[in-house]
Amino acid sequence: MADLSIAIDDPAARTARRRYAINRTIIYGLLLLFSAVYLLPLAVVVMNSFRPLPEIAQHGLINFPRTIQFSAWIDAWSTYCINGTCEGMKRNFFNSLYMTIPATIISTFLGALNGYILSKWRFPGSEFLFTCMLLGVFIPGQIALLPWAYLLGQLGLQNSVQGLVLVHVIQGLSFTTLFCRNFYVSIPDDLIKAARIDGAGFWRIFRKIVLPISPPILIVTVIWQFTGIWNEFLFGVVLTSGREQPITAALVALAASETNVRNYDVMSAGVLIGALPPLLIY
Amino acid sequence: MEQVGVQPSGSLREWLGRNLPILILIPSLIGSLTYVFVFTGWTMYISLSDSSLLPSYGWVGFENYASLWSSRRWNIAYSNLFFYSTFYVLGAMGIGLILAILIDQRVRAESGWRTIFLYPLAVSFVVTGTVWSWLYSPAAGIEFLVKSLGFENFEFALTASRDYAIYAIMITGIWQSSGFAMALFLAGLRSVDQDLVRAAQIDGASTFRTYRKVLLPSIRPIFLAVAVIMLQFAIKTFDLVVALTGGGPGIATTFPAIYVYDLMFQRGQIAQGAGAAIMMLVALAVVLVPYAFYMAWRRRREAGHG
Repeated sequence: MADLSIAIDDPAARTARRRYAINRTIIYGLLLLFSAVYLLPLAVVVMNSFRPLPEIAQHGLINFPRTIQFSAWIDAWSTYCINGTCEGMKRNFFNSLYMTIPATIISTFLGALNGYILSKWRFPGSEFLFTCMLLGVFIPGQIALLPWAYLLGQLGLQNSVQGLVLVHVIQGLSFTTLFCRNFYVSIPDDLIKAARIDGAGFWRIFRKIVLPISPPILIVTVIWQFTGIWNEFLFGVVLTSGREQPITAALVALAASETNVRNYDVMSAGVLIGALPPLLIY
Repeated sequence: MEQVGVQPSGSLREWLGRNLPILILIPSLIGSLTYVFVFTGWTMYISLSDSSLLPSYGWVGFENYASLWSSRRWNIAYSNLFFYSTFYVLGAMGIGLILAILIDQRVRAESGWRTIFLYPLAVSFVVTGTVWSWLYSPAAGIEFLVKSLGFENFEFALTASRDYAIYAIMITGIWQSSGFAMALFLAGLRSVDQDLVRAAQIDGASTFRTYRKVLLPSIRPIFLAVAVIMLQFAIKTFDLVVALTGGGPGIATTFPAIYVYDLMFQRGQIAQGAGAAIMMLVALAVVLVPYAFYMAWRRRREAGHG
């Protein structure tokens, strides 16, 4: 910018500057346009969760609030009826929380250990085993539906949050192991070797060398697992029902139980309750 | 601290010390490998059995696959998948690339723009689908808005139409995932050697030409990776359709994943449902196996040259 203002009378510089200004306008204009499209759905739910239903019916969903009410949030949280039970979404919200937090912690912890072993304590066949574990990343959940339903039944975990925790830990191991292993591969082997010569064992190296440099990858893994598990729908809807369902399944049930009148206000609040935790983690 | 190798060999302690890593790995291995091999094998077996409502192990060969492929609904499901994935992948990559290039122009508040385009990724398909189904609703959504602005003849009822409902899913899918493509493309653009870019600029190449001739060709591997990942998403598409159209109107937007769910848990035909699940696995393999081989081949070639 500085050298442009010195050459202010040079016609070539002036056209260059004008072209630059036009370019910038186009770039920011396009970015604003795209942003509007990306933000519209979010704005719509946020606003409609505070708008009274008659107002929505009269002025449509895509409109600014004229009056503000908070009752939709209270209804969605604790009194709204889904499939005949009228206790809102709070139970499903806590189901999701009790499912997501343990499953995230356990799968991340195991992934870190597995990654450490598969990168720094290799043994004959460990690369092959890693490749086999990796296949789990690609297998569609549909393949595992029947086996999980059967296995959880055998374990007495059918229709339970604990059952879903087990499912998500196992399903997540492939991802967490892959993430951590690829990160730990970049730690120089010499560092580990030196520590072993000094007499440090498996756990000591893990605690003193590996864990202290792990925060970046652990944060990524936790975010990935948390959002993935919280947002998961297929296993939630197949392996649990009614009061035990996580919030994603409850949201679909809520939308389906609406017949003629759509309570957009309560549903908006419900949708936001279901979307907030991963957005906050993000 | 135990001193490995100093203690007499054969002691339990030393054996434990030596095999500790494997022992710790074993539970995870059992879990993962059960999931990968036993579950897949079991589902495959079910798909070749005479199971109906409950698993049963009478062998019927490929009968279930035959009836699967002669089912009209399955045919709709997989042709939907082909149609959807083509435009979903191209659309998400196209918009992702445009966004990445725009953000790459040294814009102010870069992380702010990035967050706006990335936040849909943190939201579940269920939430996205539900909200977009409202936007598509003629009585309250986009059509209502445009009509109330004075365009009385405007019609935008995608989800109510058998022919157009799939476009509603496509638009929503692209909305949700183009930020992902953007992030990968942007990372790629940033990793290109800046000397190359500067050289092109000194030669007088315009921004457009620099992208077309220098930057985009050097991130070609990223295009392929993004396409493969997006295809994988497309094949697994389930929640979005359930929340957006429920597979309807009628069966117009049935997808393979929905077909599997329906047959297994609504209609009690688990053998055919398992067959459909196996076909999904085959579809993924068709995408991923060649890619894995290509990557291995490239790595070997690079190692050879390096």
